[in-house]
Amino acid sequence: MAERSFLEEVKKLRTGAGEEFAGEGILAVTKALLQSGVSYVGGYQGAPISHLMDVLGDAKEILDELGVHFENSASEATAAASLAASVHYPLRGAITFKSTVGTNVASDALANLASGGVTGGALIIVGEDYGEGSSIMQERSHAFAMKSQIWLMDPRPNLTAIVDSVEKGFQLSEVSNTPVMLELRLRSCHMHGKFIAKNNVRPSFTFEQEKVQKRWPAAVKFIKDNKLNEFLNDGTQDIGIAVQGGLYNIVIRALQLLGLSDVYGNTKIPLYVMNVTYPVIDDEIVQFAASKKAFILVEEGQPDYIEQNLHAVLRRADVPTKLHGKDFLPVAGEYTPAVVTKGLLEFIKKYRPDLISNEEALPSVVKPAAPRIKAENVHGRPPSFCTGCPERPIFTALKLAERETGKHHVSADIGCHLFSILPPFNIGATTMGYGLGSAGASALQSKDTDRATIAFMGDGGFWHNGLTSGIGNDVFNKNGTLTVVVDNAYSAATGGQDLLSSKAENEIRSTKHPIERAVRGVGVKWAKTVTNTYKVSELRDLFIDALKKKDDEPKVIVAQSECTLNRMRREKPAMAKRIKEGKRVVKERFGIDPETCTGDHSCIRINGCPSLTITDNPDPMRKDPIATILSSCVGCGLCGEAAHAAVLCPSFYRTEVISNPSLWDKLKLSFRKFVISILQNGIDRRLAKIEAYA
Amino acid sequence: MPEKSRPITMAIVAMGGEGGGVLADWAVDLAEKQGYWAQATSVPGVAQRTGSTIYYLEFMENDGSGREPILSTMPTPGEVDIVLASELMEAGRAVFRGLVTPEATTLITSTNRMYSMQEKTAMGDGRISSEEILESCEAASRRFIGEDFAKIAEESGTVISASLFGALASSGALPWSKEDFIAAVERSGVGVAASLKAFERSFEIAKAPKRTKTAPVSIEIGKRPEEPRPSGLSPQEELALISDPASGVGPALQDLAQRIKSEFPEPVRVMLIHGIKRCAEYQDVKYASQYLDRLVRIKDQDEKFGDGRYQLLSEVARYTALWMTYEDTIRVADLKARRRRFDRVKKEAKVNENQITQVREFFHPGVEEITDTLPGPLGRAILKSQFATKIIERVTKDGLRLHTTSLHGYILLYTLSRLRPLRRRSLRFSLEQNRIDAWLDQIFETVSENYSLAVEIAETANVIKGYGDTHRNGLNNFNAIMREVNLLRAKKDPDAASQVANLRKAALADESGTKLRSLLSTSA
Repeated sequence: MAERSFLEEVKKLRTGAGEEFAGEGILAVTKALLQSGVSYVGGYQGAPISHLMDVLGDAKEILDELGVHFENSASEATAAASLAASVHYPLRGAITFKSTVGTNVASDALANLASGGVTGGALIIVGEDYGEGSSIMQERSHAFAMKSQIWLMDPRPNLTAIVDSVEKGFQLSEVSNTPVMLELRLRSCHMHGKFIAKNNVRPSFTFEQEKVQKRWPAAVKFIKDNKLNEFLNDGTQDIGIAVQGGLYNIVIRALQLLGLSDVYGNTKIPLYVMNVTYPVIDDEIVQFAASKKAFILVEEGQPDYIEQNLHAVLRRADVPTKLHGKDFLPVAGEYTPAVVTKGLLEFIKKYRPDLISNEEALPSVVKPAAPRIKAENVHGRPPSFCTGCPERPIFTALKLAERETGKHHVSADIGCHLFSILPPFNIGATTMGYGLGSAGASALQSKDTDRATIAFMGDGGFWHNGLTSGIGNDVFNKNGTLTVVVDNAYSAATGGQDLLSSKAENEIRSTKHPIERAVRGVGVKWAKTVTNTYKVSELRDLFIDALKKKDDEPKVIVAQSECTLNRMRREKPAMAKRIKEGKRVVKERFGIDPETCTGDHSCIRINGCPSLTITDNPDPMRKDPIATILSSCVGCGLCGEAAHAAVLCPSFYRTEVISNPSLWDKLKLSFRKFVISILQNGIDRRLAKIEAYA
Repeated sequence: MPEKSRPITMAIVAMGGEGGGVLADWAVDLAEKQGYWAQATSVPGVAQRTGSTIYYLEFMENDGSGREPILSTMPTPGEVDIVLASELMEAGRAVFRGLVTPEATTLITSTNRMYSMQEKTAMGDGRISSEEILESCEAASRRFIGEDFAKIAEESGTVISASLFGALASSGALPWSKEDFIAAVERSGVGVAASLKAFERSFEIAKAPKRTKTAPVSIEIGKRPEEPRPSGLSPQEELALISDPASGVGPALQDLAQRIKSEFPEPVRVMLIHGIKRCAEYQDVKYASQYLDRLVRIKDQDEKFGDGRYQLLSEVARYTALWMTYEDTIRVADLKARRRRFDRVKKEAKVNENQITQVREFFHPGVEEITDTLPGPLGRAILKSQFATKIIERVTKDGLRLHTTSLHGYILLYTLSRLRPLRRRSLRFSLEQNRIDAWLDQIFETVSENYSLAVEIAETANVIKGYGDTHRNGLNNFNAIMREVNLLRAKKDPDAASQVANLRKAALADESGTKLRSLLSTSA
């Protein structure tokens, strides 16, 4: 079950023609697909388009009514390959994934698709994970579009423009027989906004086009005819700005701050908005440049593909207009309003200083400012394992095992388990990609090394490709790598989607296929499944056992425990209900005795739980803060297990709160209380002689 | 001609899982109901798991023309009207990023701290001063509202989004009425009652928060626990205690209290009272008396070489008491068996009348911890015998999960705590007494040469803490620093005190002693 349910929101997908649709970007895209008569949709989850997959899953009823086929593809390559349906048949298909990581995985299929061309519209919706909050390497999908000749749309970040470009994207694909990539920027996906809806359209075979023209000219013609790119206030000045559609709002904000536009986009500086960034429409560039002495291109990311392209266009057409871009703007990184404002100001000052009438009125963002707080007072706060996360004890166990076996090379993978590379664990050397944990360790598993390498992989990555690229590869090449498959019963980091090995019943998918059976199937003999990762000592011993074996047999430990976020979402309400019904319910939480804690924080260094933190030392003689457990503790038990396994400290205790205790519970309690109380009276008498208070 | 109007801009900075999204949803719903254009964006990504996260919103009044405003998806430093922060360091981050500016921004922050991993994993006190962050926030903002909104939320049985929404309504930074805000919460339909409780309380409290830009009040925030400490004293109580130490102790310690008054200077008396009580409850009155005996010669030296503030004596008094009451099995059992501890655990679990509690301890005594408590010769014999240690290791391998609230569990704990008389003959007792005296000798000899170095030697005792491996590592680090001290004293290095201070900090920087070793090799 996915982390977030859209059952309520998907009702909006029925919004009819002329009505207003208000909601999140991804929901709007789904609606746009239905309005465009899409026949089939596939994809692979991953921020920022995870929720697009979840919305589609929750919209099953509507999709069924319309006869739209939807798949949770096994990987981005699977999704891309599914677009084959549009090659011979006039069916509109759309796929979605995180880019550029997903595009990397899909690129083989995409190249083949683009090479042969399509009959029905094929739309590849890429969630461009670039800039702040991104979890991947900073590259551009643009390169994939160019290398395979896939048209690339980068619509303005408002829902009307995005919805429109879905529909126009299908048409463009069909008239040019070319797949179209629609770039959805990180913030657009999560953006709340509105647009006027159209009716949903059942998929049909009516989109067929004459294929008399070659694809490129067809695309160019369509883009021009439909005015997909916009000229705004052109012809009024001898300078201008060309901008990727996705950055239009930022440019307008920058101009507004410089007093050169209003909030409605009435700009004083001519704009050329490239809602299609590939192909570049040569005529339009020449037309825009002709009336100007100079213009600047606002193109985010590195390399500057479009800027190079524009230079070539202008040179070929022998247009003397100066083209600027990354000489005024940063070469790499996110184009925030701050950097765009600064860059545009420099550009305008160079060519038209008269447009900046009042230096005083310039926004503070273009003026130098010292930081208003000391940098060392603001620590980085990267994401980490949740409170009660069952993956944390795996790394506690490994850290303890390494005390005995020495340090090993650890190859990490994509998923929550990658948080192991951060403090306090600092476990993990490289990450080569989703499902590539074992593959990334393979070359270090040489005969000459005296220590085995360790690879981590999540259940998501395992089914995505790790079974073949990692485990199968290890078996075939006789690599004795220890692969730990972290099986939390979901593709959890992407939002809790189900997988082949999920424990849950899923009405529309087939689940419960154990990972251990799969690895044995490809030839692994040493495979163990641990069903409770909280048994830290057991897991530590298993690690030591596996690491001490010096043979060329691949070893696989499937470390199972359900993602706690998902478990709590299910169990919390159920527990509350049982308590309300008067049933006996035991709830656990952990605590730390402040008197015995010496404030050394060893427990935190092998744990890192958000609920395990520090607080002032109540002991008037001690200075350092002591460890403490917040009320957000879910009683997972790692504190106690870790203190045990590491022979740490006796300060941890577990409190069991029994709601609706039985009569037997109460009887036992009152007897115990009676005896304990007598003994405690003795202790109190002794203390009273020493202390001034009772 | 471009028009002058601009949208209202608001950033919500929080950590994943704190309900920043809910807050943004309420605000959008509220704005749209008031006929505004509203746009909200976020970069959740993987930040849903405790990492820093930011939501950015813009609201633009609908001028009736139907023209849609072009709203930004990212904040611009200097142009953010409102910043809501769920935690103090996150507010500091917003200041650092330039989102908070003295010309534009109303900064509303919860003053509670969720410590960063860096702060939590330090061996000593790695915390950033809340006061410093608060001062930066105040200076950086146009208006500042700081209050512990997390506490209000917790007390109301909800999450911080509700209390921040109340503070936002109260601030008047958005042009809508309290009723409009409440209606937005009601429309969301989830946990409405608890949300509104937190909303109302925050609405009121934000009118006169603890920290504001206009009326700075110096109140310590987050420095001390809320719970009154049995020995935590107000300044007045401390004064009373200084003039009459006997009032701070029970009948068994009256003589020693008199001795403190007659023999020791005022600045250290409170510390000494804590010290004798600690030693007496740890062992007996005689032990407390030995504690004072140990300090007499240091007092004499401090009188001769100090500046009258008795910094050295105070620190020696602190660490001598802590060292003399080292944590052994008897001590741990004693502390855990007490009634006040039972009461605290129960309070912490927040039980109601339909609930009962049970407590289980997680003990894992190592071989050394067991031999420590045994009489010296026996302990040494076991440690020497591989056979005996193997057996103990086998028995204690899986640790001990003691059910404290059961009869047999409690009686075991109680019996252990009553082994106090055996302690004086135990292996560890003589070891620790020798270590303490060696350390005191070192301090005594150093005072006349270099007073501040003597203070540093005293404070170095703080690197020995924890149990098991942590304690062993601490002791190794302590010994390494003491060897360095000998070298520095031999060289008569005038800079010795600051060098030892650096070594001490290095020893507390990481458990493995890596940083300390790197410093030792350079200074050796």
